[in-house]
Amino acid sequence: MGKLLNVSSSPHVRSKETTQSIMLDVCIAMLPATAFGVVQFGINALLVLIATVVACVLSEYVFEKVTKKPITICDLSAVVTGMILALNCPASIPLWIPMLGGVFAIVVVKQLYGGLGQNFMNPALAARCFLLISFAGKMSNFTLDGWTGATPLAVLKNGGEVDLAAMFIGKIPGTIGEVSVIALLIGAAYLVFKKVITLRIPVTYIATVAVFTLIFGGFDINYTLAHICGGGLIFGAFFMATDYVTSPITPKGQIVFGILLGVLTGLFRMFGGSAEGVSYAIIISNLLVPLIERFTLPVAFGKEGKKS
Amino acid sequence: MGLATFKGGVHPYEGKELSENKPVQILMPKGEMVYPMSQHIGAPATPLVKKGDKVLAGQKIGEASGFISANVICSVSGTVKAIEPRRVANGTMANSIIVENDGEYTTVEGLGADRDPATLSKEEIRAIVKEAGIVGLGGAGFPTHVKLTPKDENAIDYILVNGAECEPYLTSDYRMMMEEPEKIVGGLKVILQLFDKAKGVIGIENNKPEAIKKLKEMVKDEPRIEVCELLTKYPQGGERSLINAITGRKVNSSMLPADAGCIVDNIDTVIAIYMAVCKTTPLMRRIVTVTGDAIVDPRNFNVKIGTNMQELIDAAGGFKSEPEKVIAGGPMMGMAMFDLNIPITKTNSALLCLTKDEVAANEETPCIRCGKCVSACPSHIVPVMMMKAALKRDCEEFEKLNGMECMECGSCTYVCPAKRPLTQAFKDMRKLVMANRRKKA
Repeated sequence: MGKLLNVSSSPHVRSKETTQSIMLDVCIAMLPATAFGVVQFGINALLVLIATVVACVLSEYVFEKVTKKPITICDLSAVVTGMILALNCPASIPLWIPMLGGVFAIVVVKQLYGGLGQNFMNPALAARCFLLISFAGKMSNFTLDGWTGATPLAVLKNGGEVDLAAMFIGKIPGTIGEVSVIALLIGAAYLVFKKVITLRIPVTYIATVAVFTLIFGGFDINYTLAHICGGGLIFGAFFMATDYVTSPITPKGQIVFGILLGVLTGLFRMFGGSAEGVSYAIIISNLLVPLIERFTLPVAFGKEGKKS
Repeated sequence: MGLATFKGGVHPYEGKELSENKPVQILMPKGEMVYPMSQHIGAPATPLVKKGDKVLAGQKIGEASGFISANVICSVSGTVKAIEPRRVANGTMANSIIVENDGEYTTVEGLGADRDPATLSKEEIRAIVKEAGIVGLGGAGFPTHVKLTPKDENAIDYILVNGAECEPYLTSDYRMMMEEPEKIVGGLKVILQLFDKAKGVIGIENNKPEAIKKLKEMVKDEPRIEVCELLTKYPQGGERSLINAITGRKVNSSMLPADAGCIVDNIDTVIAIYMAVCKTTPLMRRIVTVTGDAIVDPRNFNVKIGTNMQELIDAAGGFKSEPEKVIAGGPMMGMAMFDLNIPITKTNSALLCLTKDEVAANEETPCIRCGKCVSACPSHIVPVMMMKAALKRDCEEFEKLNGMECMECGSCTYVCPAKRPLTQAFKDMRKLVMANRRKKA
């Protein structure tokens, strides 16, 4: 008998998609918003982005090296975390702050809980909230064209008027990646087209916010549209709430998750102290994912109407 | 549009272009023939011959040893050389009758005689099917006479002929639909004769438009038969998916298709029924696709059961480059073999020879909870959670998650971006649960 052939249990073929290819798609999808941010807020935005990504990737490498775990930086998940965190920071921030956030995201939120797939909160968002609490002033110092201004939602909360067209294009103060609705939607369309995400979470999330603000905002369409375009809702709904690890895997659960996000965001924005609330809504909902999944398990084929 | 389909499933690379236009070629074996006594689900057959006996083509050499069992028919004439355990495609050793082929192909008397099914009673038809050693040739190998004998024959209202051929690379059923459609219709009519209330539906995936056209033409004057065009998607040819797509009914793991009023038979099985009933020819051959990127000249063969696999590879021009993996069956549910000294049995629909083993080439990484396995699962269960239970070998949790509804189709493993061996773990768990159940019983 000559050389033995490979033997394994079926199936013997695999799709081309890998964790790495998915993460790469997410990075690509964030490029329009990133480019817009860099053009609008200047070179500092680019520096924030690079510094944060480097901090994330490096801290993952060092942590895995020190704990003698396999090095997983090639799966690009740390790059995604770094990008999301950077896009959630204002361009004017001193570089060491998002870098500290990056280390926090990777080491504390992700690796200490077991690495990729094991964290129960979105690392980038947990880090953003950590930075928001620790460096509140610097994290919400939004400058545009040399002017330091309030974000549209802050203006709205104080009873002011906002320019919806400017919000859609992104000519507003805010974090690097959240401002341009159109750039974000281009990226989101790419993710949907590549089947990286489904529309279940983003659409239910945004729709719930719309209904919520419509009801509690006195049925003012402009007010509702401002809430949809502002405060990083589009960025959060398509890029952060859809994070695989920290959102439900069951289709029904994803819808429940989206509604929960919408209600929490609405509550925080309209009845809370701050004008925004996407980040907090997402990380709080992240905590409820196991519970949501337990109650939304699909009914097995052919077992409808039967107790298992 | 709304073609008949089911929820879930995947779209692997089809690979059918390699062999779909190659007419079926009859292969006359040269070397010794090996007839395992277990080529079906159920009790192994009992050898009826002994060493030194002369045997003829068409002679019954293994007798079904119970109701759920099947006869084994000799496909050549010659001398019984030995009765001993031999390696079969699933990797185990099975008691086999080894026949030295004399190359004469002398048949038993009366083989090939025309017979009019209208003159036969239902019992006679069932007896002929049983005697002919026919089993499900789609891969499962369930004895066909058992399928044709449900508890209540009036409860059957659908006879489904499975022409989905959803496994990538396989073209044997397609070739038969193109070349011998009259036998498919003839066989289906024989089955319909057993079930007065049933209508016959031939389900074909829409990646085979020529076959659909041909069979539609064939059945246009048959009041009880129709052709159903199915959306191309794996595992459309799975029994439960097929029933669901065509009738809208749902069959779970604790039911038989007959419980939903259906009987499902593969294309080649229906032809075997036709041959046995109308042409007095028992099951001696099957159609095998020899294909894959390692094969010089991929094609379809009409092979005598018991032929050595190496002979088939040689007949297809041999290997153009060293294969890494040879699979008996399709890439989604077939069995990989470590060498080729294995006989073709009733359930071998293909020999797929691949130069690259995608399983070995992909490293397993942590689950990122993308949920693609959940959308792909045709049983609507949650592979990612079942995997957690499987890693802990927690049978109770596995059953609670409806793990026993898994049909091992491999869709979840195919789509998994982290390349986790989901199906493999589930097969293991299902065996464990079954073993525990037997222990309790």
